[in-house]
Amino acid sequence: MSFRNIKALMKSEIGSYMVSPAAYVFVIIFLLLSGSFTFLLGGFFQSGQATLSVFFMWHPWLYLFMVPAAGMHLWSEERRSGTLELLFTMPVTPFECIIAKFFAAWAFIAVGLFCTFPVVLTVSYLGNPDFGAIMTGYLGSILMAGSYLAITGFTSAITRSQVVSFIISVVVCLLLIFIGWPPITNTLVDWAPRGLIDFFASLSVMSHFESIQRGVIDSRDLLYYFSVIGFFLFLTSITLKNHRSG
Amino acid sequence: MIKVENLSKSFGHKLAVDDVSFHVRRGEVLGFIGPNGAGKSTTMRIITGFFPSSEGSVFIADVNMAEKPLEAKSKIGYLPESAPLYSNKTVYEFLSFAADIRGFKGDEKESRIDDAVAKCFLEPVLHQSIDTLSKGYKHRTCFAQAILHDPDVLILDEPTDGLDPNQKREVRNLIKEMGKTKAIIISTHILEEVEAVATKVVLISAGRKVFEGTSAELKAKSDKAGTVTLTINGVESELARATLSNLSSVDGVEIAGGEVFSITPKDNSIDTSKEVLDCVTQKGWSVEEFSIDKGRLDEVFHKLTICDEEVN
Repeated sequence: MSFRNIKALMKSEIGSYMVSPAAYVFVIIFLLLSGSFTFLLGGFFQSGQATLSVFFMWHPWLYLFMVPAAGMHLWSEERRSGTLELLFTMPVTPFECIIAKFFAAWAFIAVGLFCTFPVVLTVSYLGNPDFGAIMTGYLGSILMAGSYLAITGFTSAITRSQVVSFIISVVVCLLLIFIGWPPITNTLVDWAPRGLIDFFASLSVMSHFESIQRGVIDSRDLLYYFSVIGFFLFLTSITLKNHRSG
Repeated sequence: MIKVENLSKSFGHKLAVDDVSFHVRRGEVLGFIGPNGAGKSTTMRIITGFFPSSEGSVFIADVNMAEKPLEAKSKIGYLPESAPLYSNKTVYEFLSFAADIRGFKGDEKESRIDDAVAKCFLEPVLHQSIDTLSKGYKHRTCFAQAILHDPDVLILDEPTDGLDPNQKREVRNLIKEMGKTKAIIISTHILEEVEAVATKVVLISAGRKVFEGTSAELKAKSDKAGTVTLTINGVESELARATLSNLSSVDGVEIAGGEVFSITPKDNSIDTSKEVLDCVTQKGWSVEEFSIDKGRLDEVFHKLTICDEEVN
């Protein structure tokens, strides 16, 4: 693995985000939605607590659409325009390309997330928040975004259509949310063994995100997010290899 | 420099390339021709390492593509079919990306970009967004990334596709010039292009190699190759035909109208023209026009590829 290649590929990807009007629209929509969810729907002021829990609680739902929108082009556009052939005949490995594209897109989402800092300023102006919990909340949020992004990267590798990639990605991410959702798990209690239900619940992004945003960094949560990212990056590489093998 | 050995590629049950072998030395330009869907682009994609082969090997400067793909790819400049580009970048940004990937930095990077830009006449659009360029400029931008690192091997899939006649001429001259020091494969279905730039030709049909040699040798396979057309003044037509028909290397003589004779040689004999010329000189006939048909590539192309197309 060559870091020079990854750097060159990331530079190119980030450069593409910077010149794309869609990227700026994405960040603005992300800020508008996260702001309105927090202050209007979440009742931030009415809660009377100096925490960002109402801010973070919407992130799994916000990312459900925003991350697939940010990542749906990753491979599908390369396949549609034929630049995949150009890229994979240059002296770079597919793994370097996958890593570079993923981290560039993740960095872009991180920039969008960073732009929500006025929320932190607001809460620290109004009260005395636990900054540790805020930091872990951001950490959990960016890890969850990374998981969604790895899934979107995979779905964009299986199709030339960005729209199809978006839809499949939303469905898969929704599944990862619902799999641990009590109304779903409760319906399984009657016929499925407890261990199986617990296993499926442990695959949910929600349970891991909830614990991490409370300020607890559990190695199992970190392992979960990195496993999801690693697994879907691996699937992406298999998909791209199969696409070329015929 | 480029060695292709028993290359085969199947997609599911369909055999796209079937046991194709050839080699290209430094200083050679190989014209890779064949009908649409014959397997040209697939072969190019295997040579450049985009597709793995099902069987067989590709060596680029003695480096096996399957074993050391990065080393082999670093020696290749590739212009894919339809010249794909990152349309949201400017020409400079795109070439800068290609230079970064090839490991160039600082002044060397700038000089490599300048050189490629000059060779491909891209100065007027250097800072223009690629999606606003004409097809010709897009093509040349992709060509520029292929030559930016001055590779030993150039693989060009339809290099003049979509260019106007002037641009075609420029690109062909560029290929000819670079062909002196590099090993080049150009894929095309424009047969004049093969004659203009290629030093050797490989013709494939339905995935199989059906000819390898020079374009002159390919033309010689034409049914009309060696046919002599002769215009004789002041001689009675039937007498002239009878005389010419009796020559040992002549298969048949047709009166193509008035005093024009079309003489078909036996087995594409190269001696026919000489024998005919000797005969008319000896007889003292007044020859107004004398020409030898060297054969037509399109006719040979049709002859060698039509059977496979019909089978398919």
